[in-house]
Amino acid sequence: MSTTARPTTPPEPMSPEVVSREGNSMVLSMGPQHPSTHGVLQIMLEIEGETVVKAEPEIGYLHTGIEKSAENLFWTQAQTVIERMDYLAPESNALCYALAAERLLGIEGKIPERAQTIRVLFSELTRLASHCVWLGTHGIDLGAISAFFYCFDLRENLLDLQEAAGGARMHPNYVRIGGVNGDLPQGFLDRFDALLEKFPGRMRDLRGLLQANPIFQDRTIDVGTLTPEEAVRWNVTGPALRASGIAYDVRRAFPYCGFETYEFDVPTRTEGDAYARFLVRLDEMEESYKILKQVRKRLDTPGAVMIDDPKIAAPPKETIALSMEALIHHFKIVSEGFRIPPGDAYASVESPRGELGYYIVSDGGNRPYRIRTRPPSLYNLQVLKHIAPGNLIADLVVMIGSLDPVFGEVDR
Amino acid sequence: MEVGPGHFLLAKLDDVARWAQSSSVWPLTMGLACCAIEMMTVTAPEYDIARLGSEVFRSSPRQADLMIVSGRVAQKMAPVVKRLHDQMADPKWVISMGACASSGGVFDNYAIVQGVDTIIPVDVYVPGCPPTPDGLLYAVNLIQQQIREGGRGGVLARG
Repeated sequence: MSTTARPTTPPEPMSPEVVSREGNSMVLSMGPQHPSTHGVLQIMLEIEGETVVKAEPEIGYLHTGIEKSAENLFWTQAQTVIERMDYLAPESNALCYALAAERLLGIEGKIPERAQTIRVLFSELTRLASHCVWLGTHGIDLGAISAFFYCFDLRENLLDLQEAAGGARMHPNYVRIGGVNGDLPQGFLDRFDALLEKFPGRMRDLRGLLQANPIFQDRTIDVGTLTPEEAVRWNVTGPALRASGIAYDVRRAFPYCGFETYEFDVPTRTEGDAYARFLVRLDEMEESYKILKQVRKRLDTPGAVMIDDPKIAAPPKETIALSMEALIHHFKIVSEGFRIPPGDAYASVESPRGELGYYIVSDGGNRPYRIRTRPPSLYNLQVLKHIAPGNLIADLVVMIGSLDPVFGEVDR
Repeated sequence: MEVGPGHFLLAKLDDVARWAQSSSVWPLTMGLACCAIEMMTVTAPEYDIARLGSEVFRSSPRQADLMIVSGRVAQKMAPVVKRLHDQMADPKWVISMGACASSGGVFDNYAIVQGVDTIIPVDVYVPGCPPTPDGLLYAVNLIQQQIREGGRGGVLARG
């Protein structure tokens, strides 16, 4: 039964009078339904001919109230809605939230080794899947449609792995507070091996399609240039920051899930333009591949994948018939979840878009008291206002694509 | 049947029109949330919606026959969706893709329209969060069937 009142007459659309209208310029509303805004972004443009004088991003067309919804769910249930925030990298969201909750529970050091490895596996798989969508759509924006087909074909293999482990293609809800939900299924490693074998060739194809393509280079080089100082001032993180020459990666700076034990580089460029961001993301995909190969070696070691604490993780189902205590724990966790001691904690991870952070507050109950997200897309997107003026509208499309915002995360 | 020179076929104009219409249902490029990614995936090689004649995603509502409401509709987006639907030329069809668009899904809160059918008429509902691309393909199939049979409204696509 829905508790929310159904709107009978929707409110009037916003009037496009956000930016000034002076001299020879005109006001153009780009979005919220636009093929190149990567979602429901509206940009109020003041243009002179084809040149952008002023760009005012208007966000909130996908405001979902996720943070509020999470307050009404158990700690574990909240992950369901949290995964739907950055829908291109659901596992990054789930992981970051789980890390924050674990910090508050004080069980950070007790997560089994294999669970950490699987978390790294999925955080990198989701990064690859996300970059596949970014690369495909970025190519389409610039008129290069072939890359899209190659990217989505590769993404299909990545989603198959997510589906095998978590049961759903896009929101597997596999990373849980205390570990991951069950061990990897049978046959998973074979498919993973097949992916690892396919990946380098596919990367070569993608690079061949776009990297040296003169049209692609013409459209992206020296477009939307961001200096390192500006990038820092605007709180830009992720590939956009690294393309401006600052090698900040949360996996390096504040390692989690044992990222300090993996060998990988943090690719950077100094140009700071859309082409540099493109190259950084491609290099990042290669680095993810390097990490995945190391993960593959570690996955041969069996072990527990969930913390051994019946107050947080339900005991294995098969023990219920044998042990009264297991039955009670199971019932408690399913019916009322677990409690987290009062306090607050912040955890951050390197999502495909940058530093994703969760600040959570508990009042000692079985539901979050407050969840606050630091969505990288929001901070990356606000820089658009700064880099757009003086460029052509066509270049604006390139800038949006190269910043790779996801609106589930921007608007939450 | 052998068709050669001098042969001809007889059919009702209505049937021919329906057949043509059902074989070229052009969707509107309107991505809202998670489901939009799966909507893009149906155009990718693995699923290839071109087999159904619906690969031509049109950015202008004037050129589109089918609106795929792909994801949660926020209160702020609702008037935009309504206006886009109004701008589409008749005859037009609507697929409500996913739990959020169909009923609000897991987001039973202040921000989300509890079912897009409260603002526009829906022909086919696709369950799932998000539905698989196969689910969406099947929904397009049902739309085609509806067009050929002339029926309207309220079909649930069960995969």
